[in-house]
Amino acid sequence: MDLQDLYRDVILDHNRTPRNFGPLEGSSTDVQGSNPLCGDRLTLHLRLAGDRIEDVRFEGHGCAISTASASLMTEAIKGRTRAEALALFERVHALLTDDAAAPDEGLGKLAALSGVREFPARVKCASLCWHTLATALKSPAPDAIAAVSTE
Amino acid sequence: MSDAARTPVRPAEPAAFDVETMRREFPVLARRVHGHPLAYLDNGASSQAPRRVIEAVDDYARSHHANVHRGVHTLSEEATARYEGARDRVARWLNAASRTEIVFTRGTTEAVNLVAQSYARPQLRAGDEVLITHLEHHANIVPWQMVCEQTGAKLVVAPIDERGELDPDAVEALMGPRTRVFACAHVSNALGTVLPVERLVASARARGIATLVDGAQAVPHGAVDVRALGCDFYAFSGHKMYAPTGIGALYGRESMLERMPPWQGGGDMILTVSFERTTYNALPYKFEAGTPNIVGAVGLGAAIDFLGSIDLRGAHAHEAALLEHAHAALAPIPGLRLIGTARRKLGLVSFVVDGVHPHDLGTVLDQDGIAIRTGHHCAMPVMDFFGIPATARASFAFYNTFDEIDRLAVSVERARRLFGGDVG
Repeated sequence: MDLQDLYRDVILDHNRTPRNFGPLEGSSTDVQGSNPLCGDRLTLHLRLAGDRIEDVRFEGHGCAISTASASLMTEAIKGRTRAEALALFERVHALLTDDAAAPDEGLGKLAALSGVREFPARVKCASLCWHTLATALKSPAPDAIAAVSTE
Repeated sequence: MSDAARTPVRPAEPAAFDVETMRREFPVLARRVHGHPLAYLDNGASSQAPRRVIEAVDDYARSHHANVHRGVHTLSEEATARYEGARDRVARWLNAASRTEIVFTRGTTEAVNLVAQSYARPQLRAGDEVLITHLEHHANIVPWQMVCEQTGAKLVVAPIDERGELDPDAVEALMGPRTRVFACAHVSNALGTVLPVERLVASARARGIATLVDGAQAVPHGAVDVRALGCDFYAFSGHKMYAPTGIGALYGRESMLERMPPWQGGGDMILTVSFERTTYNALPYKFEAGTPNIVGAVGLGAAIDFLGSIDLRGAHAHEAALLEHAHAALAPIPGLRLIGTARRKLGLVSFVVDGVHPHDLGTVLDQDGIAIRTGHHCAMPVMDFFGIPATARASFAFYNTFDEIDRLAVSVERARRLFGGDVG
């Protein structure tokens, strides 16, 4: 277990300079996620056009893992369909929790999150934004979504 | 302390206190974490157990365990003697007037809940007030919120200032004609502030207000004399003072405990039971329903024996020196802000570092073998007051060393550089 496995350059970069950070005008879905244990909070803003995620941004505060994961996620899902984004959620979830997960192929920069698996106390940090996304995409009535919690 | 240019000067270890000898009494301190010697700086969350406690627990489990207060057989008598012997030790440790004033609980949390439900709930009326402070642990907030909801009483919160101090005049100004209970920490778990409890308890008593002091963070760092303090209730946990988890105690003034109804019903708290009527046991058993944590009490008794056998004054002086050294070692780190700078502090230092989230700091430090607490410390209102979600907290015991604190400072600086802080 090495600190450099967890805090790879991509993670450090996205923590320092989060992409797609801030409010989103004309958003169609806004979901809050929180990790009560560590106080991480984020709000995910999505603008859905039919089945497609036309735009996505996030706000909130959290640790480097949580911030970088959310930043990487927004880059990865922008322009994708619901089904594609949910499939990505499944793959990232496996990457974070399953030692026998499929190789990182096709995950691009998201593969940088694989080091988190070795730090069980930090898995929730990385998965918060993804659970928030999945909840938003799976809900038939996005306005009715209660806040998402990792607890 | 905020003079960044000053190089911390390591104070001489007090000659009277030999920390290396002390460390050998705590087996866990010999272990390594991620290839480094463990630097255990999370004592505010839970302290480690000395050999004497471990051996007492082991001896009890191997040779003496049975249920207490029940059998006439040898093991039951031995278990009872050890359990009640622990109560005697707690009574002496706190200078209670009588052993009947010591109720064993799971810890501070259960003790506060007991007082809220058994003392406060029957007498609170709508419009009455319960006064607490802004720096309380959730365990000294939520039980009072619950009883306020149940009775229509109002929770009043005394403010703190930017240092994390309480202005006693302001607290006294909030003690009004409807104030029925005043509950406060002895030492803040998130900030280390030592509260002026002597004065506040006296002020409350003079106004006929019942007082509870949460001593969880105080008992490890100094002698507590409940009679000198004059409080009606004093709560603490064993596991922050070198005993096992799941055991703690409530001190209650006998006249208060006498007029309180039982909190939980069950075995051991009764004299006679019929379906028509139950008569309750005498103090303190009225408040100890069910088979208690006997082995925990044995461990707590052994911890008190251990503390009685060491140079406690020297140990506490060493802890004070550790705190001073921690302030000096951390303050020069660029972007580091101490949270809680009260003039009277004990046992811990809370801080945040620009650009480094406390959880990342905790992970980096852990890789260097350093255990600290990161998070809101069960004191979310304190975090809100300072406008931060969390802090890093290093909390000390007398077995910690200046070298461990120097390692902490080096590791914090390493984390700061990793996350792209200014070179400073």
